[in-house]
Amino acid sequence: MKHRTFFWFFLPSGLAMFLFIFLPILSVISQSLFTPHDAVLVTVENCGPFGCTEETTVDQEATEALRSDQPLGQWAGLGIYLDRGHLAINEVRQLWQTAPSWGSFFDRLGNLPFYRAMGFTLTYTFIVTPLTILAGLAIALAVNTLSSWLKGLVIFFSLLPFIVPPLIGSLILFWMIDARGVVGSFIQWAASDPGLSLKASTGLTWITLMVYGVWHSAPFAFVIFYAGLQTLPQDTLESAVIDGASRWQRIRYVVVPHLMPLVTFVALIQLMDNFRVFEPIIGFSASAHARSLSWAIFNDLGGETRLLSSAAATSVLTIICVAILLSPVLVRTWRDFNGKT
Amino acid sequence: MTTSRAQQRSLALNLLIWVFVVVWLILAAFPFFWTLWGSFKVELDFFSITDWTDALFGPRTEASYGRPFTGAGYEGAWVQEEFWKAVINTSIVCVSVVCISLTFGTLGGYALSRSGYRYTFWLLIIALIFRALPQITLVSGYLQPFFAWNLWGILPTTIIVLVAINQPFTLWMLHSFFTKIPMELDESAKVDGCTQFQAFRYVIIPVMWPGVITTGLFSFLLAYNDFAVAAMLLQEESRTMVPAIAAFLGTTQTEGNVMFAVAAVVSATAPLFVMVLFFQRQIVSGLTAGAVKG
Repeated sequence: MKHRTFFWFFLPSGLAMFLFIFLPILSVISQSLFTPHDAVLVTVENCGPFGCTEETTVDQEATEALRSDQPLGQWAGLGIYLDRGHLAINEVRQLWQTAPSWGSFFDRLGNLPFYRAMGFTLTYTFIVTPLTILAGLAIALAVNTLSSWLKGLVIFFSLLPFIVPPLIGSLILFWMIDARGVVGSFIQWAASDPGLSLKASTGLTWITLMVYGVWHSAPFAFVIFYAGLQTLPQDTLESAVIDGASRWQRIRYVVVPHLMPLVTFVALIQLMDNFRVFEPIIGFSASAHARSLSWAIFNDLGGETRLLSSAAATSVLTIICVAILLSPVLVRTWRDFNGKT
Repeated sequence: MTTSRAQQRSLALNLLIWVFVVVWLILAAFPFFWTLWGSFKVELDFFSITDWTDALFGPRTEASYGRPFTGAGYEGAWVQEEFWKAVINTSIVCVSVVCISLTFGTLGGYALSRSGYRYTFWLLIIALIFRALPQITLVSGYLQPFFAWNLWGILPTTIIVLVAINQPFTLWMLHSFFTKIPMELDESAKVDGCTQFQAFRYVIIPVMWPGVITTGLFSFLLAYNDFAVAAMLLQEESRTMVPAIAAFLGTTQTEGNVMFAVAAVVSATAPLFVMVLFFQRQIVSGLTAGAVKG
């Protein structure tokens, strides 16, 4: 295809991505380097018959002029990145010098909002992703042994948790695990502790969120692995049986290697999706115990005062994290591509 | 069909598999049926302090309404809280997003699959990186310009933003689909004197529908499921369903009308249920099409 034809075919799609994905990234970067202007204050001395009083007022005209003169705001440099709400350089340095041990250092680091969000996001991503893959694989292996009309039925119901909006899925579970809900009362009965609530402690909240995460994405992994199992080379399996491989060995040395490319694919998609974990925190009303990076941005953006600069700085840091997370994949793809040509 | 030795299983293993599958089915499906059943009860039954079986039989619902089922939650959500507006908005957003992103995506994906130059690889990689960005990071980039240009709060802005966010995925999916359509088809059309666009129009479009429908389902799901973009970019009157449900939570928890939210959640899940019922095959093939490529 000629360059010219390609250009016209690709234009609508490319333009949409350029305007609404690429430019916003630039906008986020620029917003994170500027803070909004403070209002210009003027102090006037009013002298009347009863003496003089000083009065400070906002000079609307001057403020307006300053804002239209420099619409981006006041240059802040890396100031926003380094403040307490983000990288908190001063606080971290102080902790580093005063903390008696590694444990207490990380403990106190967890009180700083950015590191706290980072801690949850990373824990969530790196626990939910492998568990999703394992659960998906187990379900796929089990379903693959069923008769064909049952398979369709199981796949139908399995798709439900994956297909509903994450907020709705988490709300449905949230209502069930409520202390007055069916699962909540069951857990209280099983633990014989009528006061037990999954929302009360940080640890239990984290576990709840992660269980939700696996519940939500296991169907995705399951469907993909299941499709992979359909193309399993039967003769390799047969020869493994003849060589005396046990069932476990067959799974370990024949099935899993065959599915490996799919595992990489699922892991990649899951890393991307779990890193943006956000809706479950709203659905489970868990923000008192668990905050993710996306939640922090959303929280800054919402509400009465829209903290655009703060949200922008967190966004840039998140984008950098995503880039680091993706870099092994990108490097590998690039090598593969160069190897091919 | 003869079963080979590799497929023979002991009774214990069979039992284990059955138990596992049944447990998974309960985990996957039970919450939805439980919530559907409970949405026809009053709050004190669905969230019962005394006995969980209240949610099954609804004694307090019967005491209030004379029957163990009531549509009060649905009435409250749809009429009193005007959930129907959110439903209309969601329909507008979903239909527009699917149509526009499929138009853009088929053109772009087709071009990517037919051009052998190196930049197609880079464009796909850039699309992958864009796909990885959390949507909310982009949203914080939209707000300031959208406020400045008075674009904030209206449906068209949200639609075009969702189309753009959708593009990377749509491109990948349709690219892998178009690469499977043999190049000879449009090459021979071009030999017969067609331009590239005519070849696309008369040769490719008639055969591309299975892939386009599958991709369209996923575009629909993305638009339907979106929370971050719609919650931040839409004002109250033009809210879609998911942000509307989130807004319910804030207002109804205090007024004791959690059942409105439960009814709204069930209403929003029902269309998806029907969709899976009819398009299960396409959804499964779409999920795996992406995987085979990746």
